[in-house]
Amino acid sequence: MLSLRDLSVAYDGHRVVDEVRLDLPDGEVLAVLGPSGCGKSTLLRAIAGLEVLASGSVAWDGADQVDVPTHKRGFALMFQDGQLFPHLTVGRNVGYALRLRRVPDTAVRVEELLEMVGLGGYADRLPASLSGGERQRVALARSLAVDPRLLLLDEPLSALDKGLRERLAGELREILRTAGTTTLMVTHDHEEAFTVADRLAVMRSGAVVQQGPIDQVWRAPADPETALFLGYARVLVDDAAAVLLAAAGRDPAPAVAIRRSALTVAETGPLTGIVRSSRITPEQVRLEVDVDRLGVVDAVSPLDRHPGPGQQVALVVDQTRLAALGRGGAS
Amino acid sequence: MKPVLVSVLALTLPLTACSVVGERSDDSGQPAGAGGGTVVLVTHESFTLPKQVVRQFEEESGYDLETRAAGDAGTLTTKLVLTRDNPTGDVAFGVDNTFASRAVDEGVFAEHGVDLPAGAEDYTLEGEAADVLAPVDNGNVCVNIDKTWFEREDLAPPETLADLADGEYEGLFVTPSALSSSPGLAFLLATIAAYGEDWPGYWQELVDNDTLVLDGWEDAYFGEFTQGSEKGTRPIVLSYDSSPAFTIADDGTSTTSALLDTCFQQVEYAGVLEGAENPEGARALIEFLLSETVQRELPTSMFVFPVRDGVALPPAWAKHAEQPESPYRLDPAEIAANRDAWLEQWRDIVTR
Amino acid sequence: MIRHPGRRLSRLAALSLLPVAALGVFFVLPVLGMLAQGFWPEGEFDPGGVLEVLARPRVHRVLWFTVWSAAAGTAISVLLGLPAAHVLYRLHLPFRRGVRAALLVPFVLPTVVVGVAFRQLLGTSGPLGFLALDQTAVAIVAGLVFFNVAVVIRVVGTAWESLDPRPAQAAATLGASPWQVFRSVTLPALRPAIVSAASVVFLFCATAFGIVLTLGGVRYATVETEIYLLTTTVFDLQGAAALSVLQLAVVVALLAITQRLRAVPDPTVERPRPTAHRPTRADLPSVLVTLLLLVFVATPVLTLAAGSLRADGAWSLDNYRALGTSGEQQALLVPVSDALVTSLRTAVDATWISLTMGLLVAMIVTRRSLTRAERRLRGALDGFFMLPLGVSAVTLGFGFLITLDQPPLDLRDSPLLVPIAQALVALPLVVRTIVPVLAGVDDRQRQAAASLGATPLRALLTVDLPAVWKPLLAAGGFAFAVSLGEFGATSFLARDEHPTLPVVIYQLLGHPGELNYGMALAGSVVLAGATAVVVLAVDRLRVPSVGAF
Repeated sequence: MLSLRDLSVAYDGHRVVDEVRLDLPDGEVLAVLGPSGCGKSTLLRAIAGLEVLASGSVAWDGADQVDVPTHKRGFALMFQDGQLFPHLTVGRNVGYALRLRRVPDTAVRVEELLEMVGLGGYADRLPASLSGGERQRVALARSLAVDPRLLLLDEPLSALDKGLRERLAGELREILRTAGTTTLMVTHDHEEAFTVADRLAVMRSGAVVQQGPIDQVWRAPADPETALFLGYARVLVDDAAAVLLAAAGRDPAPAVAIRRSALTVAETGPLTGIVRSSRITPEQVRLEVDVDRLGVVDAVSPLDRHPGPGQQVALVVDQTRLAALGRGGAS
Repeated sequence: MKPVLVSVLALTLPLTACSVVGERSDDSGQPAGAGGGTVVLVTHESFTLPKQVVRQFEEESGYDLETRAAGDAGTLTTKLVLTRDNPTGDVAFGVDNTFASRAVDEGVFAEHGVDLPAGAEDYTLEGEAADVLAPVDNGNVCVNIDKTWFEREDLAPPETLADLADGEYEGLFVTPSALSSSPGLAFLLATIAAYGEDWPGYWQELVDNDTLVLDGWEDAYFGEFTQGSEKGTRPIVLSYDSSPAFTIADDGTSTTSALLDTCFQQVEYAGVLEGAENPEGARALIEFLLSETVQRELPTSMFVFPVRDGVALPPAWAKHAEQPESPYRLDPAEIAANRDAWLEQWRDIVTR
Repeated sequence: MIRHPGRRLSRLAALSLLPVAALGVFFVLPVLGMLAQGFWPEGEFDPGGVLEVLARPRVHRVLWFTVWSAAAGTAISVLLGLPAAHVLYRLHLPFRRGVRAALLVPFVLPTVVVGVAFRQLLGTSGPLGFLALDQTAVAIVAGLVFFNVAVVIRVVGTAWESLDPRPAQAAATLGASPWQVFRSVTLPALRPAIVSAASVVFLFCATAFGIVLTLGGVRYATVETEIYLLTTTVFDLQGAAALSVLQLAVVVALLAITQRLRAVPDPTVERPRPTAHRPTRADLPSVLVTLLLLVFVATPVLTLAAGSLRADGAWSLDNYRALGTSGEQQALLVPVSDALVTSLRTAVDATWISLTMGLLVAMIVTRRSLTRAERRLRGALDGFFMLPLGVSAVTLGFGFLITLDQPPLDLRDSPLLVPIAQALVALPLVVRTIVPVLAGVDDRQRQAAASLGATPLRALLTVDLPAVWKPLLAAGGFAFAVSLGEFGATSFLARDEHPTLPVVIYQLLGHPGELNYGMALAGSVVLAGATAVVVLAVDRLRVPSVGAF
């Protein structure tokens, strides 16, 4: 079990990671989610032992790791761009850590790992001849080769194109489940986080602002900014929040975060508004509707119903697609 | 931190192993200390003696001879002065009459107490220096000419310093720089001895007569002298009185000759170093340097003449290397006092 | 890895202990010893005398000539060296390895021999005599370029060889002409290497000794020749100290400037497999410049090679046959063949010393700094190890004698002193060759290795060694050539029983006699040939197991 206590990292006196407390139980996958520059990569590197700590501690099963050098921590770090050794073949890259431990006859295990990441038969190729996705899979296989106590993934999929990213995210989850590896992954992409992780920690300006099981965080963001980062389309406050919550049949709250699909066009509904714009996507029609006392909000309608700009529509609220918020410091 | 140290060692150790090979064979060449101890001779890079002669000294005296030769006479003198409080050896050879004053004044040498052989006293210095520096060899820096060139051109060769400034010999003379070459400095001293305070005027005439001044004797002799290189263009060069012995043609005559009225005498001395660990051995070596064995070797090994009377010269030398009767000389103390100013003045003339 | 920055600094200190101590003992101490002789003339502190020297108009003239001739030599070396580096390291041409090795030959040639060869070309009766360049500043600058252009070609070429060609290709697809590609993409990428090479060449030029005297005659003096004159002929130690301080000041200023110029926002370089391509029409100008350069370098060398084959006015091998003997009338005690063996042996020692120290220094100065203080410290160390190049060999040589004379540092008669002195001269070359490459290694590669469980040493072998291997060999060839040709410090320290080949060649040149001169030429050719062969062999060295770490 990984425990971080008040961990801080400073560059030239400026704190980029600020008193982070985190716990990660064995076998779970934690995603640290945050915008770029929030310090999440630095946090990852600090856990790996690649940064000097300004204060705080990194412990594994209660044992302080701060004075343990990187190569003795047993935390395998996989970089955003893989960082394969360019002069070694795929097989030798994957078998690198095995050779370090003098494991006899690495070829079988290497082939097993390559099969696991879907690259069987690639052992003799050089990294330069692989595509970006293939390289990331090799890097993953290399990191998993010696069953690390903790796997650290730094934006593992962000260098890839969207389709590949979605497919690999699913595979990554399967691989991590199968291997049962405790994993900490940092990412700026909430969908990637949802696909892969069990737990979520949201980071902003060097600090962890919220953490917990993924659906819990998802359902109850700590503040408006977190909500927006988790993929909520808008945050309504004060009067607007009260109106919307009332329409959804929920208790009033100072603010409410709504997803793009929280309001749906219906024959009748508690809210009405004028369509400002509409756009057809393969699955539904996306609208912007000017609703009385709410202002302009997003809404969707089924494909068979296609209201044009200027048309008046009635809206129903899906209460599973909104989250009531406290006022939050940042808003 | 430990792994770093280990890595440093790991990188260094195999490499050290390579060098040990080199070192071991280096050391094997040196005589192991035995018997009467070691005499350390500090000298310049031109010092050489045949191995069997060195062996003879070691057998007769019971001392091992260790030679540390580096640099020219100027470098040697500076080295001796800088290390006078902790000398690098027991005995020094190679300080000449142009540099002697400085070394003696700085107290580099102790009295040697060696009896000089007949003939050597002609070369001793004056005053205190006579007791601490024993003359070992002498030679003269003289203007040399290519006899064949003058015969071919049907031109009477020059004979004196004054001739060199004569328009007949315009563009024919090449000499090394007094700043960077020891024979070059000797030639400047010869002209100062000859012309006294008027020497700058003489040098101005030389320059006006298109005299070529090069950096070193090698550049002048091998680069420009008609007998030194196939492509040389100048038949008059500054060299030594012994040089004609090295340009023997097939018919047994020398193609060059030294102009004996243009010579400056250089004498090289040996002395026991103040603070020497082995002054006895140092004395023994000076005596040996003055012995007939070494004196006879001087022409072939170091291209200089012996100071001892009655030493037979090699045949080529006896025939072709004539020494001047009365070469130019200057008091070492005067040289020491004025060298700096003379060189500066000289430089201003030749570089204009 | 470490909680406190202080511990990082102490680790840095531990790593730099060996090179810093070595430089302290073999450089700082001796130089300070000689400076003290000037500042404390009679045991009394008298800086006035030194300052007075600095006010002399002559000193200003000498300093000015030194700086401008070195700057001109450096600029021309860079201008000619860049196209040659491109041709010899990026183009697929026959014999390019041989040419690369041969270009190091001037490094080891005795300056007197080169000077004579130059003058045979430039002198009034020579084929280039009509230019009237003999004994001019132009001749000096030409000589400086002759000796130093190889530094530019090698340092820049090594960096160029492993430069990612894709940004240049990208620029070309955006419509950039070859010249625009070179200026906007290639040149900025090569800047650290170019600045490195130029700073080393400048230091070599500014401290050049023999070539200035031989080609410039008495008319020109540089700080270096002036220090020699003042120390050994005039015994003006105050003047020499003043000039040494001046020399150090110039060098430190230069290093400060180059450090700025060398700095790039991101030194990281992608290192794809080398991709030499067949020459195209766009390569024509650089090929032409390279050919001209080769003619320029080869002519004096061939002139002296031809001279070595002349004896008694006819072509013959007599001079080479005589190499096994001791010269006309025993000019030498040691046959030239023995001296060559001594030279090679010394060079091996000097090479491993400079490579070990250079690798340590390069590692120290290229590691990522976490604080400003650390960055400054590494920068200062970087400059510190360049200093030996900028200080007169005479000052250093005499400094050895007066400071390394007491136990535990009673080293002035140690046989290791010669290779150590040569290694100090070669060290900046080694450092400057390796640093750009090590700085180009992505630090995350090392971190990836560490996170997989590799110890720092293992990470070094996995990540740094494959990247640095070829430049290390290039630097090794360099160090070897420098050691073989080094004469200044060597003549000062060489022991009589075991003279090196350059010392023997100078001994031969010191005596009249056609055979002696012929043997000196033949010896130079042997030295040149040995250098080319060794450098070629080193360049070709491949250790297949490197990829297996």
